[in-house]
Amino acid sequence: MSEELHDVRLMVNGATHELRVPARRLLSDALRHDLRLTGTHVGCEHGVCGACTVLVDGAPMRSCLMFAVSAEGAEVTTVEGLANPDGSLGPVQQAFAECHGLQCGFCTPGFLTTITAGLRENPTPTHEEAREMVAGNLCRCTGYQNIVKAVERAAELGS
Amino acid sequence: MKPAPFVYRRPGSLAEAVAALAGEPNAKVLAGGQSLVPLLSMRLAAPAMLVDINAIPGLDTITVEDGGASGVRVGALARHAAVLASDDVRRVQPLVTQALAHVAHATIRNRGTTVGSLVHADAAAEMPVVLTLLGGSLEVEGPAGRRTIPASELYLGPLESSLAPDEIAVSAFFPGLATGAGVAFQEIARRHGDYALVGAAALVEGESVKVGYLSVSDVPTVVDLSGVDDADLGEAALAQLEPMDDIHATAAYRAQLVRVITTRVVRSAREGM
Repeated sequence: MSEELHDVRLMVNGATHELRVPARRLLSDALRHDLRLTGTHVGCEHGVCGACTVLVDGAPMRSCLMFAVSAEGAEVTTVEGLANPDGSLGPVQQAFAECHGLQCGFCTPGFLTTITAGLRENPTPTHEEAREMVAGNLCRCTGYQNIVKAVERAAELGS
Repeated sequence: MKPAPFVYRRPGSLAEAVAALAGEPNAKVLAGGQSLVPLLSMRLAAPAMLVDINAIPGLDTITVEDGGASGVRVGALARHAAVLASDDVRRVQPLVTQALAHVAHATIRNRGTTVGSLVHADAAAEMPVVLTLLGGSLEVEGPAGRRTIPASELYLGPLESSLAPDEIAVSAFFPGLATGAGVAFQEIARRHGDYALVGAAALVEGESVKVGYLSVSDVPTVVDLSGVDDADLGEAALAQLEPMDDIHATAAYRAQLVRVITTRVVRSAREGM
């Protein structure tokens, strides 16, 4: 039995893409495999680690817990969409570089998207709020201290 | 870690969604998917069809209802984040707001729905306990029309609700907080945002004291502690509960958590009166 395919229109980082995918194609896989946007990482693939977090209509969501077909018509922002228009690092990326907010870098795309949206909602987080902002993302290298510093630095940079 | 193939339907109306469900006995409703998609990816569930209700207009509403029973009605597509941010919800029934702050992490709350969590019927989840403690209800629609399921008849067992396979949950009704009553919600988890080892919600109205528990039994469980001395609350609660043993905690440890959290949550509810 051949699997039914669905036409999906995804708007990713400002560009519109037409896809033909089976319904079970996770949004994370559509981004990585179909669109070759491999900046979005897949860690646990069941919603726990946060590495695959992307912005859907501006709100951070787990792309491994959504189907591409369900994202029809939505505006998706991945880590590739966080750089400045001239290609230089965006403020959250800049802050991560300055504060050594990453080591192996696997979890970083999920942190960057989560913090970008978090600072949009709360541009001047307290230390506690900065910690809360990244509480749903796992990092196995850094011990989080420099990631929290990067949240505070990104706030200073006025993301 | 990829879901098995399924037929996907994305109806534009509730009537079409009900018809789609009626036509396939092994179908599941997809709303936020924050519990369902992991089950599919781990192949713990492999329904033949998913009926995605995200394109149905009018299901994302949060409305205050007055009259006979006043409270707040939450539509099937209202995301946890929207319910948590609602001033109306906070004013009418602050227990809903308090409990929602403990539901997973913000990212999950952006997609997950409150009604979806209610019908997922996980005894480790916050909202089923809140609905049960408050005596709320669920409105569902099926081929035979609409019916209202009281929370007391909703939870049958672990991950099992009394919805028929061809019914869709349309909204949930949380009764409002009466004047002079107090509520509180607390939980103990190993890590912030994790499933609670034990959680409790309290409702204190005059002499009446009720506490609902999550992660203690395999269904949301409410005990009546009216007239119990403050010093005896924990033991009185345990007399009506049978804490379970699992990989996360022994029954004896859970019993100790029940003692501690019961006292705390009742005191906190009284302070909020």
